[in-house]
Amino acid sequence: MSNLGVVMLVHTALHRAEQVARHWTASGCPVVIHVDQNVSDQVFSDFVASCDDNPLIRFSRRHKCPWGSWGLVEASQAGAELMLDAFPDVHHVYLSSGACLPLRPVPELIEYLAQRPRVDFIESATTADVSWTIGGLDQERFTLRFPFSWRRHRKLFDAYVKLQRALGMRRSIPEGLVPHMGSQWWCLTRQTLSAILQDPKRKVYDRYFRRVWIPDESYFQTLARLYSTHIESRSLTLSKFDFQGRPHIFYDDHLQLLRRSDCFVARKIWCNADRLYQTFLTKQSSAVTPAEPNPGKIDRVFSKAVERRTRGRDGLYMQSRFPRHGSENGLTCFPYSVFQGFTELFDDFESWLTDTTGARVHGHLFAPERAQFSGGETISNGALSDCATLRDYNPTAFLSNLIWNTRGERQCFQYGPRDTQSLNWFLARDKNAQISVVTGAWAISLFRSNMSFSDIRAEAARLQQIETKQLEVLNSVWTKARVRTWSLAEFVESPMEPLQTVADEIGMQTQTHLTTAPTMVDLSGFGQFLQNLKNQGMHPYLMGDFPADDVFGKRTKPYHKPYLVQ
Amino acid sequence: MRLRRKRRILRCVRKRRDLSTVSNNTGKIKRRDSLLMSVVRNEKIRLPYFLEYYRKLGVNHFLFVDNDSDDGTAEFLAAQPDVSVWHTNASYRRATFGIDWSNYLLRKYAHGHWVLTVDPDEFFIYPFCDTRPLRALTDWLDGCAVRSFGTMLLDMYPRGPVDAQVYTEGQDPFEIARWFDSGNYMITRNPEYGNLWIQGGPRARVFFRDTPSKAPALNKIPLVKWDRRYAYVSSTHSLLPRGLNQVYDEWGGEKTSGALLHAKLINTLGEKAREEMGRRQHYRKSGEYQAYAQGLDEQPVFWCTWSEKYINWRQLEILGLMSKGNWA
Repeated sequence: MSNLGVVMLVHTALHRAEQVARHWTASGCPVVIHVDQNVSDQVFSDFVASCDDNPLIRFSRRHKCPWGSWGLVEASQAGAELMLDAFPDVHHVYLSSGACLPLRPVPELIEYLAQRPRVDFIESATTADVSWTIGGLDQERFTLRFPFSWRRHRKLFDAYVKLQRALGMRRSIPEGLVPHMGSQWWCLTRQTLSAILQDPKRKVYDRYFRRVWIPDESYFQTLARLYSTHIESRSLTLSKFDFQGRPHIFYDDHLQLLRRSDCFVARKIWCNADRLYQTFLTKQSSAVTPAEPNPGKIDRVFSKAVERRTRGRDGLYMQSRFPRHGSENGLTCFPYSVFQGFTELFDDFESWLTDTTGARVHGHLFAPERAQFSGGETISNGALSDCATLRDYNPTAFLSNLIWNTRGERQCFQYGPRDTQSLNWFLARDKNAQISVVTGAWAISLFRSNMSFSDIRAEAARLQQIETKQLEVLNSVWTKARVRTWSLAEFVESPMEPLQTVADEIGMQTQTHLTTAPTMVDLSGFGQFLQNLKNQGMHPYLMGDFPADDVFGKRTKPYHKPYLVQ
Repeated sequence: MRLRRKRRILRCVRKRRDLSTVSNNTGKIKRRDSLLMSVVRNEKIRLPYFLEYYRKLGVNHFLFVDNDSDDGTAEFLAAQPDVSVWHTNASYRRATFGIDWSNYLLRKYAHGHWVLTVDPDEFFIYPFCDTRPLRALTDWLDGCAVRSFGTMLLDMYPRGPVDAQVYTEGQDPFEIARWFDSGNYMITRNPEYGNLWIQGGPRARVFFRDTPSKAPALNKIPLVKWDRRYAYVSSTHSLLPRGLNQVYDEWGGEKTSGALLHAKLINTLGEKAREEMGRRQHYRKSGEYQAYAQGLDEQPVFWCTWSEKYINWRQLEILGLMSKGNWA
């Protein structure tokens, strides 16, 4: 008979439990099974009968064991007592559940424990040091009373906790106890376990822990600290928890992961994972060199799952992720740049920007006629159509889709007061947006157009109004986007500096200074044009102070050539 | 809302008179079986593959309402041992597009079971569907105390014109319709029932360019742990009580979700559209089918340079069309 005894808590999938129990006994490990009292007597007696032929399998007295209840501790106590009494050779007792599966050959575990005869493997940390408590109760789980079930009577549970807090009700912790918590799956030595079970003050402790919340995570963890000479504060059972504290479940496709983890026992295994049971319960060849458990890779897989569930992928909107206003963690998934007024001011701005930064530069994506994708495409990544009606049906979805579909590639697009305006708030709130605005630049295209002056006047008034509203949004206190605005006059006076800033920010190519500049349009006569608008009773103010005597018109000439700063 | 749910249930119970039993094998349903519910009309050509697909997935019993087919659908289904069939020749529209019938049968036979409610051209996929059976998913959902599972309807289409390739009985329709749109979906929240309203995809892109608000809804909640107090409200887009529609996370995280591959856009569409136009039994007076029938005369090609070829569920999960969520 082996030095290792296994106590197994079982409530469903009894056939699997039997399989695993027989696997343990095949290597000489005695097994004590505790079956939940909620299992019907008929099923239980059938189960007992089916294990009848195996002298190493015993059944302990049954208790009711709902989640997080005292019954689980009672069950473990009963199982452990029977184990210690019935099998005097047992040196280590391993607590496992019916959904646990030994991953390495049992003799390896026996050998591992035999080399560490005084060591208790039990995860046990003080309440201040654990991060995984559910419901935010850590120290309080030891000082309040919890007569109501958290799962079934959540409201009562919460109300009673609140009441106790309000009244300042406190329980005193029995003398000498320092509350510790940890995984309920432990492996203790006979000395420690019998000291806990035969403690003269056990009645006091039991009465106290009966009203502690989730005692199965703290009873043995706390008491082991009293008696153990050598605690290894970790569990030999590999068990991962999701963000709600439920154990993750292993399936057939985890086979390789589990194999490489070198852990002794894993839980929880899905009861129909035939391949896992078949693989791990047949005779395996032992590893050449006995390895320490190494669950690193599994950790990564499951912590990724937790992150996906709690934070998700930024900028993704889908059938199972649709964040409320303000909970988006980034409205889009990747930084992008918005330019307003630049194409009006520079004839070849788009091609210049493409050459300088290597980003993908679109035209006016929200133009009233159609979305001007780069290269004049009618359809873009992700089968996004250029149709204006479709786009304007949900412009924010259009933009977040575009950025999502091209993630990894920097997108730039032109924007302006002629375009769809309903996504201004979206742009302003998005921390990935870098918005550069030359205010009043829309007047240049009017200036160069061939419209009659009265139409120009009306259009100028309309565009100015739209841009003013847009600027209000962009300058609001809720804005998270990186917004830069220059008035047209300011910009024309020294265009290179802002261009340099903007290009640096996109920062695709490692280049310190701009060597070329885009060609600025000829602005001679523009000052007079604005003066004419004023004379017509309109007040163009977004351009800044543009003198009517055409100072800038003359000064634009030098910028036609490639330009070097410094 | 409670009243509205009660009304739905009363209505479905009243509509039971429409149904007459053709073959009732519901006695074979065991306690933990997963079921499938579907309303069909002249779908015999699709059914063999449909049954094969879902049997492989792990569905234990099928419930069908046959809405007056004349192509041998009822006879075919009645011959299957794991299928129960009811026949009706009543109006599909007046049964709220078949929902009253399904609600009644679900109420009667699906209480306490996980049940998939799908059309015969919808194929359910979920994370790990290539390695884990449906039962693994439903067990996991049970463990998480989740009662409903959300999906998006993903329209699949062939590379050439829709009727260039002819679908034959028993064939995998996605051998023909292998392509889909990966990133042009538009989502809003429906404040009334709390479900999402997803539109977009190839049908919006081609048929509803000018009237996007009429584009079909693509949000579906096909998998529910049924209770006799539940009721579908409009197709499988939304349910009552409203809590069942909360299949999405609102705080930035991703819940686990799947997709329904939609094999509608193949050569059978033209015939169907003409037939349904005549019957005017579908939603919005078959407005959708009108658009199809008009559009189809022009030999539409849904395929474009940015169409994505379907490989497996992992591809959809990377593209953001479904999510593993917390299930790893």
